[in-house]
Amino acid sequence: MMQTAYFGRRYTLSASHRLHTDALSDDENRAKFGKCNNPHGHGHNYVVEVLVGGPVSSDTGMAINMAILDEVVQTSIIQRFDHANLNFDPLFANQVPTTENLCREVYTLLKTVIPTGKLEYVRVEETENNFFQFYGE
Amino acid sequence: MIELTRRATFSASHYYWNEAWSQEKNEAVFGRCARRNGHGHNYTLEVTVSGDPDPVTGFVVDLKWLKDVIENEVLAAYDHRHLNLEVPEFAGAKLIPTTENIAISIWKRLEPAVQSAGQARLSRVRVYETPEIFSEYRGK
Repeated sequence: MMQTAYFGRRYTLSASHRLHTDALSDDENRAKFGKCNNPHGHGHNYVVEVLVGGPVSSDTGMAINMAILDEVVQTSIIQRFDHANLNFDPLFANQVPTTENLCREVYTLLKTVIPTGKLEYVRVEETENNFFQFYGE
Repeated sequence: MIELTRRATFSASHYYWNEAWSQEKNEAVFGRCARRNGHGHNYTLEVTVSGDPDPVTGFVVDLKWLKDVIENEVLAAYDHRHLNLEVPEFAGAKLIPTTENIAISIWKRLEPAVQSAGQARLSRVRVYETPEIFSEYRGK
């Protein structure tokens, strides 16, 4: 019988963002987002935690080969967001680059490119004290 | 329903090798993990049980009891051991000691004791090989 296990991996990326929406006035933006609305942005060392579930192969003992997962995350997430300004990414042209939205976008980017198993969740830690998790729905 | 998690650590060595494969294929699939003399990790184990708190004690399970179960069933066998050579479920190339298989094996070691205590059910075993690499098993 194939048992389902979950393989988890944590990655770090450093990026800047500014929480601001054109739907609000400058005063309203400042009131809503506080120091996160600073016009020049600010940055975080984000931690992206990925959990993939799947049957454990009897050949490899693995739900997913870490080297393959690393390559996929490197190509579709790290290269895109690391040392970048999130506000300039097309994904955030029409939404505020909060970590909620980043978490959801990372999930969506990864979901279709994970070669084996099912993406269980994406968790993004903005700092050690606040983090967000998305299960795909 | 409340989930209760107890954390423990153990240090062990292992390597990844499929006896049915050539050396070249093992090295291609498993990379450095295939080096036959093995390497080691400080593993962190998280054991989660779930149930309703006892109306008298307020406990889902007695944490000291759970600590002892983890100690007797897992750490006594795994800590400061070479998993491929000294731990029965992996020895003799029966099973490759990946983090996935370690999580599954630890579940099998813990489940009977948790089951027989009758108070809570085992809901999750998570094994960290490093702070950035982990596996989880939920019993199915």
